[in-house]
Amino acid sequence: MLGQSFPFDMAHMLAGGMVTVSFMLLFQDRLIALIWFLALHALALALALAWQAHRQAADDLYVAAALALVVKAILIPMGLRWLVRHLQIERTVEAVVGVGMAMLFGIGLVALSVMVMLPAATHSPLMWEDLSFALAVVMLGLLIMITRRNAMAQIIGLLSVDNGVTLAVVGIRGMPLVIDLGVACLLVAAMVVFAIYFKHIHQRFDSVDVHVLDRFRGEES
Amino acid sequence: MSALQTLTDAAAGNVGAIALLVPLLAPLIAAGVMALIPCHRVAATLNLLFSLLAFGAALVLLNDRPPGDMLLHLDDLNAALITLNTFVAFTSGLFSAGYIEHERQIGRIDPLTGRLHHVMYQALMFALNLAVLANNIALMWFGIELATLTAVMMVGIYRTPAALEAALKYFILGGVGVTLALFGTILIYFAAATDAKGGMEAMAWTALLIHADHFDPTLLNVAFIFLLLGYGTKAGLVPMHAWLPDAHAEGPTPITAVLSGLLINVSLYIILRFKMILTATPHTLPPGPLMISFGLVSVLFAALMLYRQRDIKRLFAYSSIEHMGIATLAFGIGGPLATFAGLLHMLMHSLTKSAIFFAVGHITQIKGTQQLAAIRGIGDSHPALGWGLAFAVLAIAGMPPFGVFMSEFLLINAAFAKTPALALLLIVGLLVALGALLLRLNEVVFSEGERIPGEVHQNNGLLRASRSLPLVTHLLLVLAAGLYLPGPLVAWFQHVAARLG
Repeated sequence: MLGQSFPFDMAHMLAGGMVTVSFMLLFQDRLIALIWFLALHALALALALAWQAHRQAADDLYVAAALALVVKAILIPMGLRWLVRHLQIERTVEAVVGVGMAMLFGIGLVALSVMVMLPAATHSPLMWEDLSFALAVVMLGLLIMITRRNAMAQIIGLLSVDNGVTLAVVGIRGMPLVIDLGVACLLVAAMVVFAIYFKHIHQRFDSVDVHVLDRFRGEES
Repeated sequence: MSALQTLTDAAAGNVGAIALLVPLLAPLIAAGVMALIPCHRVAATLNLLFSLLAFGAALVLLNDRPPGDMLLHLDDLNAALITLNTFVAFTSGLFSAGYIEHERQIGRIDPLTGRLHHVMYQALMFALNLAVLANNIALMWFGIELATLTAVMMVGIYRTPAALEAALKYFILGGVGVTLALFGTILIYFAAATDAKGGMEAMAWTALLIHADHFDPTLLNVAFIFLLLGYGTKAGLVPMHAWLPDAHAEGPTPITAVLSGLLINVSLYIILRFKMILTATPHTLPPGPLMISFGLVSVLFAALMLYRQRDIKRLFAYSSIEHMGIATLAFGIGGPLATFAGLLHMLMHSLTKSAIFFAVGHITQIKGTQQLAAIRGIGDSHPALGWGLAFAVLAIAGMPPFGVFMSEFLLINAAFAKTPALALLLIVGLLVALGALLLRLNEVVFSEGERIPGEVHQNNGLLRASRSLPLVTHLLLVLAAGLYLPGPLVAWFQHVAARLG
């Protein structure tokens, strides 16, 4: 429906690649593999950002791409992998719903994202495509979070949501660079906080299944 | 660059411009200083001095309004909130001096954790003040995210299984909230950058409001839904509230007071800012019905949940959800009267709920437990504390002559004028909550209990003052607001309410 030009196709491929990796995250049930897919997800994001930077000749998008590559595709996956190895966490995580059901929900969410963003198409087709993909990745990330019980898997879902949010930035001109920097700093700080609590919880409960924690609630059941 | 300009203005002798930076710089410097001070008494005193400095600056800002820039700005709405923030920060700081001292004496926290508490306390204040004073919508987001992270650190400070659970839950749910809010923020920027110029100007709230009539309504609708879900999580609106009772129950009580008194308030304030942009754009979805439904569901759900609580801090946490629901409902109804009621309610709830937590913190330290079943006959063993709690609970339940009654009364009037059915549902919610609170109050304060003296000994004057002064001050303010609102204050609120629409 759009111009069949190469730049558009390239942008589609990279953003579409992120949606595909989101689906992979949705059915993967081994922690280490989940972390690898998360790294792949962030790599696709970094490439999408770099491609837009090249197209628009925007230097700050290059910096955003570099940030995504270093922080999201390398540092965070490495840190998570270290946590899993160091704490010797059980490697497989159980999902709450079956693979088929999760896939169906996922496809529905992607369709919903496209339809929600459709009315915004009046402005520019690039923006519309871009926001649809971003919204789809956000929705799929939330789905990943609610279909998992393992705290680590939930955080991986949250990080994929964050990647989707960053994908939205691709289509915007002149997003101040300081925002990307601030978000990246907070992300790293948040992951440090998470690692501290994750470690404490694992030592205390010998499990990171969030349902094990439920009996500590001070509520009549 | 603009911050630098503010600094140079300040150097030129502009008192207001300096005062605008003090509520940010004082907590930031204090957080750094606290990290270096091992002695609890010195740290607690410094904590108070820095908080007092920020409060003083906020008082200056009430009269002297410096011109804003792209990063920070001050109008009637956030001037009131920054005063509230810094005031509650000061009183909670006073309360925490005695509270933390006792926790150290009984060995619940070690000296290093005590130091962490002070650092995080001031960092939290910095983040909250930043979110309130920010003009840039990304800076608002940054403030809330930073506040969430510091609050997560504080909630898990006891390292008990329940505290760890609460902190992790808060982290994950809060993470979802801030990520959705960031998406909404980017969508707003998207809407602005396609029409207006990009860059910092498309992120300044004041500039956004001016250009709002050109924005793409569809994009803004989607953005507002994400912002409402995201910041609504932080404000504790049902169904995104799940983190709130756990975080309130497991964190140290001074933090509970700040969470309930300030953090959820500030989140609601940010929703208000975006609501103003949405209303200024033609052909958008009216934000009212959305906010009304979130508010009403929160009120009814929390009111019923009050009956099921067996932990005293969870009880009042659910009451906070109820009151955030009431304020959201008020802003959803809109119009000068309801918005006036909503603003007043935010202020009154903040003061009253933190007063309740001051009393509850004292009680849990005396009894050594948070279980409601084990807390009996406080009125017998500690009459002053018992009456303090009784008055605070009566105030939060909406009894006259306290300020909460006034705001709820105004809101019910406004609701009747709009949709009588809505007012009836609200009244049902309020009455159900009233029943639960009076039931528990009766058990805790007026029932027969074993007469253990269980006094918390504190020999230092400052620490003794920290036991009663914050509670009494807050209660007196709420009582005064209920009896008589000064003319200038009413005019102020009306002016803000008219702008909010």
